[in-house]
Amino acid sequence: MSVTTLTINGRLVSAAEGASILDVAREHDIHIPTLCHLDGLSEHGACRLCLVEVAGSSKLQAACMTKAVEGMVVTTDSERLRTYRRQIVELLLAERNHVCSVCVANRACELQDLAVSMGLHHVRYEPQAPQLAMDASHPRWIIDHNRCVLCTRCVRVCDEIEGAHTWDVMGRGRQTLVISDMNEPWGDSASCTSCGKCVRVCPTGALFEKGAVATNKDPHFVTYLRMAREQKLWNR
Amino acid sequence: MKMLDAAMKRHRHQPDSLIEILHTAQELFGYLDVQCLKYVGHALKVPPSRVYGVATFYNIFSLKPRGAHTCVVCLGTACYVKGTAAILAAIERDQHVEVGGTTPDGQVSLVTARCLGACGLAPALVLDNEIHGAMTPETALARIKAWTDHDRG
Amino acid sequence: MIVDDIAAVRDREHAARAAQKARIAVCSAAGCLSTGGSAVKDALTAAVAEQGAGTDVRVLGTGCLGLCHAGPLVRVDAQDAAPAMFEHVTPALAVAIVSGVVGGALPAEQRCDLTQPFFTRQHRIVTSDAGVVDAERIEDYLAANGYAALEKVLTEMRPEEVVREISASGLRGRGGAGYPTGLKWSTVAKAQGPGKFVVCNADEGDPGAFMDRSVLEGDPHRVLEGMAIAAFAVGAEQGYIYVRGEYPLAITRLKTAIRQAERMQLLGHRILDTQFNFRIDIRIGAGAFVCGEETALISSIEGKRGTPRPRPPFPAEAGLWGRPTLINNVETYANIAPIILAGGSRFATLGTEHSKGTKVFALAGRIVNTGLVEVPMGIPLREIIYDIGGGIPDGRTFKAAQTGGPSGGCIPAAHLDLPVDYEALAGIGSIMGSGGLIVMDETSCMVDVARYFMEFCRDESCGKCIPCRAGTVQMHEILLKMTRGTADERDLGLLEQLAELVTRTSLCGLGQTAANPVMSTLHHFREEYMAHIRDKVCPAGVCPMHAEDRP
Repeated sequence: MSVTTLTINGRLVSAAEGASILDVAREHDIHIPTLCHLDGLSEHGACRLCLVEVAGSSKLQAACMTKAVEGMVVTTDSERLRTYRRQIVELLLAERNHVCSVCVANRACELQDLAVSMGLHHVRYEPQAPQLAMDASHPRWIIDHNRCVLCTRCVRVCDEIEGAHTWDVMGRGRQTLVISDMNEPWGDSASCTSCGKCVRVCPTGALFEKGAVATNKDPHFVTYLRMAREQKLWNR
Repeated sequence: MKMLDAAMKRHRHQPDSLIEILHTAQELFGYLDVQCLKYVGHALKVPPSRVYGVATFYNIFSLKPRGAHTCVVCLGTACYVKGTAAILAAIERDQHVEVGGTTPDGQVSLVTARCLGACGLAPALVLDNEIHGAMTPETALARIKAWTDHDRG
Repeated sequence: MIVDDIAAVRDREHAARAAQKARIAVCSAAGCLSTGGSAVKDALTAAVAEQGAGTDVRVLGTGCLGLCHAGPLVRVDAQDAAPAMFEHVTPALAVAIVSGVVGGALPAEQRCDLTQPFFTRQHRIVTSDAGVVDAERIEDYLAANGYAALEKVLTEMRPEEVVREISASGLRGRGGAGYPTGLKWSTVAKAQGPGKFVVCNADEGDPGAFMDRSVLEGDPHRVLEGMAIAAFAVGAEQGYIYVRGEYPLAITRLKTAIRQAERMQLLGHRILDTQFNFRIDIRIGAGAFVCGEETALISSIEGKRGTPRPRPPFPAEAGLWGRPTLINNVETYANIAPIILAGGSRFATLGTEHSKGTKVFALAGRIVNTGLVEVPMGIPLREIIYDIGGGIPDGRTFKAAQTGGPSGGCIPAAHLDLPVDYEALAGIGSIMGSGGLIVMDETSCMVDVARYFMEFCRDESCGKCIPCRAGTVQMHEILLKMTRGTADERDLGLLEQLAELVTRTSLCGLGQTAANPVMSTLHHFREEYMAHIRDKVCPAGVCPMHAEDRP
């Protein structure tokens, strides 16, 4: 495997061939905020939080989907990027009903963590406050669309790891909604295997366990499962 | 259903023919109900949630039955500049129907289009598949009344 | 069929035409059909039969004759007289026209002045077949030297020579962004691997644009020929035309044209008896503006939700089903055959330094001559609007011209002398776009226009990336407040910040250009915004300016 060398934030770093800027940055302890990205799942490239500046390109590039190239000069943190990232989190907070104090994912929420890390105390945009449903028809879990950020991690884990493709996304624009099967109650879903992976990868309180006072989400099992499958760990 | 099966066969039940098949289904049945979507998804081996996601992404597909008549109001720029907003408001008021809805008696469905490409005729409406140009709120209402008077007796 | 058979068809058509006394062309584009064009065509055909002139006079349904607001239009080309055109033709006038053709004296009423600038200032390359070719007869297209470019390419040229010719022409994509066509072709040609695709983007999405529709309806073979030449040049065997579902007539005509071309071995296997195979299938769009974006269009052809994905990789390397894919729009393909026949360097003599050839515009809005025009690149905007377009009706004054649809901007009167090309339009905050040109007079409010386009983008956003999905919602919210007189200067600041965010961080072209109408109107009409914000007044008298009314 050949190795490429590039510069991130003025530091010379090395990268394995085919690695994304995000991979390389993490490997060298350079923090880039993300939301839709999850190790072990395909990239979605939609939250735009991991946008970075690449010298020679007028457009910002998503670190999760841009391959590290020899000689590349990348800036992951700048006044401009910080402003954009903050605005994106503000937009998300205004989009649905994110009230941390009454949320089961309080203190275990990636959206909240992002807001805290940015020192965000006040949202300048008009709260849209849509009246969205909560589906509690599944015996073990609940989906609350009011907390959903449409990162589609649940959709991807269900399709790529579990192979059930119970979840998908319906509508478009601000009407976009995560659905199970034909937009039917989750509890009635014929395709759902009740594996619970979607709940564990959800970054917010949109998917949570019934009766839980607080959730403890640990999405890292995805990399483990993927590795085990690809390397056929169990049937050697 | 036979014609739908034939269409799917023509596409060799390829999953990527989903949109083509949904067009055919809507032509045949007027709209797409959940049973039909399930049937198509099963035949093309596309998961139900994806079928539903595709059907709700595109404007042309309707998951609700339409009224006996359909009135499409063009909201393209040329039509907007020439006053379709007033026409739309007049129809909504006069027929007691909102965009995307159907009159309570099931006679008239009101929908909007982003542009019909008939900008030379602005403002334009499509009344039961026929384009009418240079409309005013009055002429539009008169045309719709002609339907309803005829059908409602 | 082989080359000789095609030549024989052409000879037969030419002989038949020489024997004809006159040809009567009825505009059969959707605009004229909707005002009674098909009744006129029926009346003409019946009158010809009745007066026993079947061999002397031919009635044909052709592509858009241009002057859409005066439809139905009928054009008469007689052997021994100058061409004549009639407007607002009724079935009764149609009968009189036929009598006139037979008797030698055409009716004097409802004549279009063919010497007016609307006709004389145009330069027709893409639309050259309108009035000459019957949209539903391949023989007509062949007689107008159709498929001669494909024949030349297949029998005399190597693929790289074709690419070189297109590069030499300086042709740039007519879909909006103006990417050099030759460069795109050479990228796909160089891409490795079998199973490449050629795609025609006929999802003309900009509201206020109907150029592609007219070309598809009037001259479908021209597009097919352009695609076939492209396929030969890049090494593809399968093509798709992704056409708007809202264009049923264009779909029907394309289907007919594909069938005819296949029958004559101009598409399909062993085209013109060479080793070249190329099939074209139609994919019908289902109403999503975002599908005009290349990667979203690809998703849609694959039967999925039309959501875009980040580029690179560009479709030229990994497109449909991961294969190298060439995507051009209708007007771009319609330019190909003329370039091959005339030579790239000849084409490049027309236009400006970086924008070659002609551009088809759809004139609409507050302008006397609404319709379709084709003009050389670099023509001043004033000439299009006042000379060709006939100016502003009802004694009103010009306020702005909108180009580029929801991705474009509004051009104020101060820039009327601007030469129309890609760079000049971009320089003042608009874009060439696909060719919609909507004229506004003082009855249009620029804040309301910005709000209108933002509403459009909000509703057409696919919802995948956050800046576009949520940013357009918030921008629309602020613009709505302005039109209701409840916005303050803080809102203006928020709007400008959001415009930058959405432009810089959105995933695809829809979001990256969604703020253009806002930014261009803010730039050119800032005082109108300030009147709404500070004085709570809408100078154009359009906005309700109080909260309870809906706009």
